[in-house]
Amino acid sequence: MAHVQGNVYVLMGDGGNISVQIGKDGIAMVDTGFAPLAPKAMAEIRKLSDGPIRWIVNTHVHADHTGGNAEFAKLGMTRESVGPPRIVAQSNVLNRMSSHTPGQPKIPEAAWPNDEYFLPTKDFFINGEAVIVYHVPHAHTDGDSLVYFRKSDVLATGDVFTPEHYPFIDLARGGSVQGYIDALNKIIEITVPAKYQEGGTLVIPGHGRLCDEADVVEYRNMLTIVRDRFVSMIKQGMTLDQIKAAKPTLDYDTQYSAGIVKTDKFVEDVYKSLTQKVSASK
Amino acid sequence: MHHLPRRRIAHSLFLAALVGLPAFAQVDFTGEWSPLYHEDGPERLPGPELGDYTELPINASARMAADTYDADRISVVPEYQCRPHGGDYSMRGLGNLRIWREIDQNSQKLIAFHTHLLAWDSERTIWMDGRPHPPDWAPHTWQGFSTGVWDGNMLTITTTHLKINYMRRNGVPRSDKAVFTEHWMRHGDYLTVVTVIQDPVYLTEPLVRSDNWYIDPGQNIGIFGCEYAPEVPRPEGTVPAHLPGQNKYLHEFADWYGLPFEATRGGAETLYPEYQKKIAPEYHPPAKCERYCKCTSLFDCNVGSK
Repeated sequence: MAHVQGNVYVLMGDGGNISVQIGKDGIAMVDTGFAPLAPKAMAEIRKLSDGPIRWIVNTHVHADHTGGNAEFAKLGMTRESVGPPRIVAQSNVLNRMSSHTPGQPKIPEAAWPNDEYFLPTKDFFINGEAVIVYHVPHAHTDGDSLVYFRKSDVLATGDVFTPEHYPFIDLARGGSVQGYIDALNKIIEITVPAKYQEGGTLVIPGHGRLCDEADVVEYRNMLTIVRDRFVSMIKQGMTLDQIKAAKPTLDYDTQYSAGIVKTDKFVEDVYKSLTQKVSASK
Repeated sequence: MHHLPRRRIAHSLFLAALVGLPAFAQVDFTGEWSPLYHEDGPERLPGPELGDYTELPINASARMAADTYDADRISVVPEYQCRPHGGDYSMRGLGNLRIWREIDQNSQKLIAFHTHLLAWDSERTIWMDGRPHPPDWAPHTWQGFSTGVWDGNMLTITTTHLKINYMRRNGVPRSDKAVFTEHWMRHGDYLTVVTVIQDPVYLTEPLVRSDNWYIDPGQNIGIFGCEYAPEVPRPEGTVPAHLPGQNKYLHEFADWYGLPFEATRGGAETLYPEYQKKIAPEYHPPAKCERYCKCTSLFDCNVGSK
């Protein structure tokens, strides 16, 4: 487990990054990774704190960020717990987790968020600092949240920022390229660099290395430039196949396509996002 | 009492002194250094021409990034206004350099060299104590993380964990996966730095360049200072860029200097002497110099206008 700054640490491994805030009040977490990895992750957390888990915030619905909810809710109980941890998420996360998709295993109720929010923000106070949760609509999905630890000056973004691969625009769950860009601009609005665009607010992405504002700016620039190119080509009446043949992301492919979102999928998702209606929330 | 001859005593004392000596650095680079611009002056000072990718072993990704780059980005994107040079581009010497050593007080061993550059007040630590580089997940910085080893009297420095930046200021990018190697050689009052950039994202071969510095004891580096101020009204999140195929300035460089367009596009082939022979029939230099005819400092580079 690596120290980020202030009270905030991060666990990186298989599954999404897990942010952990530790102090005398107990533990607050952002995301919980995959369920089978929870005991090992909890063992790492216990090296630094034996306090109860008070808060879990899910940045979005995907299993690599919510899979460990039930496990951590159980493992995080101590004599000092007054009840299970509050599992905070935007209401669309609860809607999706609680509705059964045929062909997919049901998600147990113990893993569902129990403190959903539907306003633009939610906040709480733990370990001497305010924690502010911002909803960024229709970005990676329709239920994305950014989580800002104000005194530690650390922002956990979930998968709206993944510096080492192309964005995964989950169209089926309400994601969109414009929402993604708006979310990245929101991150840039929140973050404040220390000097000459370096340091200051540290950013924990959904996957990948620790970053700061300058890294988010590069990613935002990439996505904005790609969107602008697609808008121009779509206006010219180009089909998806014609756009693919034009290789509109060639300058970014070698940087971003080695990860889980390959060029073809990214191009298709951007095209569909700009030419189809955003999927309705459940 | 048995008395040793004086010569043997002196010799023994000398050997004892040698054994007791701490491991000093072979060369001391400490000092105030002023950059020399006789090499690549026009590119490093006033700046490269648009579309000039010569001497760069770039791939198609880098070429497209540079072709679509719009320099308006530096002023229109507020977060770019105070964006420093990366640790690699910094050594192209836009600005004066100070180098000093950090010595461990107890062992008198060299722990690190430190550098300070005028541009963006950039400071870098070059660790000489054998420590490893940070793990992959560690944050990247503008100056990166540097370690050095001696190769005789030459210092070889390896830098990783650099933020995304540029190889040339006309939009040719350098990725955050690059490894930057330097070889520092001091010869009297001159410092020669040979740099090698290996970038798996944008280069097909290592990019090798060199820069020279001259010791300047009277140098006084001021404060650079930068505060961003949005001055161009534009919608939030605007990122200036040319659409692919729409940058009308890319042929200027070839036209001004009488070069075939293909020769300006960079790529490993264009680096080697054989390429000169290949393009010779199509190279028609202008009858007289009209651009950057005299360029030894920032203030005497006269740029002709077409």
